[in-house]
Amino acid sequence: MPSIAKPIATHPTLQRNSLGLTIRDYEGSMSTLCAGCGHDSITAAIIRALWELDTEPHMVAKLSGIGCSSKTPTYFVSGAHGFNSAHGRMPAIATGAAAANRDLLYVGVSGDGDSLSIGLGQMCHAIRRNIRMAYILENNGVYGLTKGQFSASSDIGSKSKRGEPNRMAPIDPVRLALSLGATFIARSFSGDKEQLVPILKAAFTHRGFALVDVVSPCVTFNDHEGSTKSYKHTRKNTLRATQADWVPPQSEILAQISKSGTTSVAMHDGSVVNFSAVPKDYDPTDRRKVAAYLDDQPANAVVTGLLYIDPSAPDMHELGQSSPTPLRDLAYEKLCPGSAELERMQEEFR
Amino acid sequence: MHDVLRTRVNDFAVKLANVNGTGSASANGLLMQAIFRMGIPVCGKNLFPSNIQGLPTWYEIRVNKDGYSARALDYDLMVAMNSQTYDRDIKEVRPGGYLLYDSSWPLDPDLHREDITFLGVPLAELCNKNFEDPRTRILMKNIAYAGAMVATLDIDMDVVNALLDEKFAGKKALRESNHKALQLGYQYAKEHFDCPLPFRLEKMEANGDKILIDGNTATALGAIYAGCTVAAWYPITPATSVMDAFKGFCEQYRKDPETKKNNYLILQAEDELAAIGMVLGASWNGARAFTSTAGPGLSLMNELLGFGYYAEIPAVVVDVQRVGPSTGMPTRTQQSDLMMAAYASHGDTRHILLFPANPHECFHFAVKAFDLAERFQTPVIMLSDLDIGMNDWVVPRLSWDDTYKPDRGRVLDAEDLEKKIGKFQRYNQEDENFVAARTLPGVSEKGAYFTRGSGHNKFGGYTEIPDEYQEVMDRLKKKHAAAAKFIPAPELVPREGAKFGVIAMGGCDPAVREALDQLDRQGAPADYLRVRGFPFGEVVERFLAKHDFCFVVEQSRDAQLRSLLTLETAVPKEKLRSVLVYGGFPLSSRHVVQGILSQL
Repeated sequence: MPSIAKPIATHPTLQRNSLGLTIRDYEGSMSTLCAGCGHDSITAAIIRALWELDTEPHMVAKLSGIGCSSKTPTYFVSGAHGFNSAHGRMPAIATGAAAANRDLLYVGVSGDGDSLSIGLGQMCHAIRRNIRMAYILENNGVYGLTKGQFSASSDIGSKSKRGEPNRMAPIDPVRLALSLGATFIARSFSGDKEQLVPILKAAFTHRGFALVDVVSPCVTFNDHEGSTKSYKHTRKNTLRATQADWVPPQSEILAQISKSGTTSVAMHDGSVVNFSAVPKDYDPTDRRKVAAYLDDQPANAVVTGLLYIDPSAPDMHELGQSSPTPLRDLAYEKLCPGSAELERMQEEFR
Repeated sequence: MHDVLRTRVNDFAVKLANVNGTGSASANGLLMQAIFRMGIPVCGKNLFPSNIQGLPTWYEIRVNKDGYSARALDYDLMVAMNSQTYDRDIKEVRPGGYLLYDSSWPLDPDLHREDITFLGVPLAELCNKNFEDPRTRILMKNIAYAGAMVATLDIDMDVVNALLDEKFAGKKALRESNHKALQLGYQYAKEHFDCPLPFRLEKMEANGDKILIDGNTATALGAIYAGCTVAAWYPITPATSVMDAFKGFCEQYRKDPETKKNNYLILQAEDELAAIGMVLGASWNGARAFTSTAGPGLSLMNELLGFGYYAEIPAVVVDVQRVGPSTGMPTRTQQSDLMMAAYASHGDTRHILLFPANPHECFHFAVKAFDLAERFQTPVIMLSDLDIGMNDWVVPRLSWDDTYKPDRGRVLDAEDLEKKIGKFQRYNQEDENFVAARTLPGVSEKGAYFTRGSGHNKFGGYTEIPDEYQEVMDRLKKKHAAAAKFIPAPELVPREGAKFGVIAMGGCDPAVREALDQLDRQGAPADYLRVRGFPFGEVVERFLAKHDFCFVVEQSRDAQLRSLLTLETAVPKEKLRSVLVYGGFPLSSRHVVQGILSQL
């Protein structure tokens, strides 16, 4: 993953967040992805969301697996530690990292090959554990780095660049996550920043595993006629189920909640997610209704939005009843029972 | 006259043939513990099947006043409780020995042997007469044969009674039925046999303040004392009891008195790929973390062990070895993961290994593993095995130095980083052990860097430039070599007039020590070197150089320790001869003596 340092020249009029940081402070190295790659738009959305959230850069941990998507953590928040792990293994690394320090914001970036093939098991179990992390699945339906093989998210009938159709059923991460009991499920499109940024902000504040499946066209290997993950096809078939707005804690939220046709969900940290323009009877907190809604949509529809949320479910640390102080910060003296106890305890081994 | 007929005190072996899942383990453990409490050196080996219920299982108890604790192959007394295996069990009794069986049913006359004595105890009859519940009848048969053994071997009845009282302290009904069953067997034997038998027990003071403990429990205790807070694992025989014990100790010692919360997190992973990933993630983030596994799990961990090696992330892996390849024999012991552990993963990788020989070393080496992993920022694999891990061993009492401080290695904190001018460079400015400083996430922006398994230069940046790549790889090799000074030194046992050397590791130790005494008496004295870790150091090199030839005694078909020695030391291949015992049962001195004498 070659990286090119970005020259930092901050314009004096650039807006600053409450930490006094400009959006440039959340950038990383220059992207080395293909020009027009959907992933770069997602990177930009991540940068914006973190800047708008006033996140301290060093309190972010960026994790990824292997593939084009997994390169992107180099391109945002250079002030955060990054972990570019092995193919499909990011969820386990993130699980261990989150176990050691519950106070960081874990941003995982993965792709459809990394998450739905080689890493499918790990992703499923990270969902089950409800690890507190945002898991961004940059979904382009193709293996880019190895030059154009179908991935497990390729739709039936979607054609490869050489015209060969995919014949196997795709794995839909949204439906999968819904069935696994995921507590935050969203889908968006890399070309829809207006929708994606608030979804990411909600994902970053969610206390639990937030899956954000982002359709992100591969301009080099999967943006042709006949592909169902192309810009053209996605734009044409996107069905915005919900538009979510993330409202920070202590804001004047009453006016927005009163808007007709909205649903509001209070997040654990005091922030609120407002859903506007939701279809009739759509309740993003009711798993069965969400599933029923998805079933009712046309097969080629790319349903987007923050689709399901349960902010009350216990995360990994609550399930494990673990210390409020990050485990890695516990003093050794608190952890070692000492010589006298060892002496006493050994009477039981006689 | 067979020597077994002469009176022998505190020097004999008993084998108990049982059906697994019938409750025999508790009776056998009771006998072993009673002998231990009588102050007599004793060892117990559980030879069990990979099964829950219904298959043959054996337990061996060897009593030896001189402290030899390897497996004995001559059985003075066979307690034959499994009619399916009568045939082979009866054959295994040494001439002049005894066989205790359940005489509720007649023994097949074809199985009769003139040269042994049959002791029939109608265990089923006794238990059916005295107990109502069918399950109790089955369970109490075990305690009844234990009672018969108390009589025939002169086990101290007071000690056994006390053990039963302790064990069933809060369970009156169980306590009473156990005492009753014990007496049934005891009285029957007293009335019908000439008790005690010519081989018997007599109290000694040989055990001092020693303890009886299995290696997996001791390993878990080591992880507790090392300050480990995160553990990730996938259930696997014979390593499961490491995590069972760790959980037990955590519940005991890691409930925070103030917050009432857990100062630990144990993650039962979806597989070993994930278990090692979790350990690396937690260690990268500054916690002490470990996983326990066996060969099949270590196979799966190869990929990320290479990652940990290359990206320089601490990790502690406990491999309780079993018989391979593939599923192999999960409940049998071997030392055949050595080569895989040494070079686990693709590419040029090499790992730090520790070879504990007994539960006492499991405790101390587990602590050491965490220190080494963090000092050298690399995975450390402790190679235990089923024999060490799951059998109870009599070992010196564990001690702890309260001045111990965990060696967290080179980690820059916020203050260090504040003083730093310019960008933090992850793999630059190594110390005398070729270790560069690392930083932890969440501390300071100035310490941020990118951890990657892809090609990187000493600054931590991605590279595909040959010189930059090689510079890091060359340092990693030197770093591994530097660890030799920090791993536990080999144990050297010189012997007057030694004609050759003997090298072993891990659980072979008791059998080799006993064999060396026997060889000495037979005019073949040898020096002994027990390696306790990898990379090998100076002491190993000197031992190899000093001897014209050495025997390497080990439990693998392919002589893996010999291979590793030839690859990693200057020794010429032809100087090393092999004694290989790899069928899956713990080693006996006879294997070693015969193996060496046949090649002298």
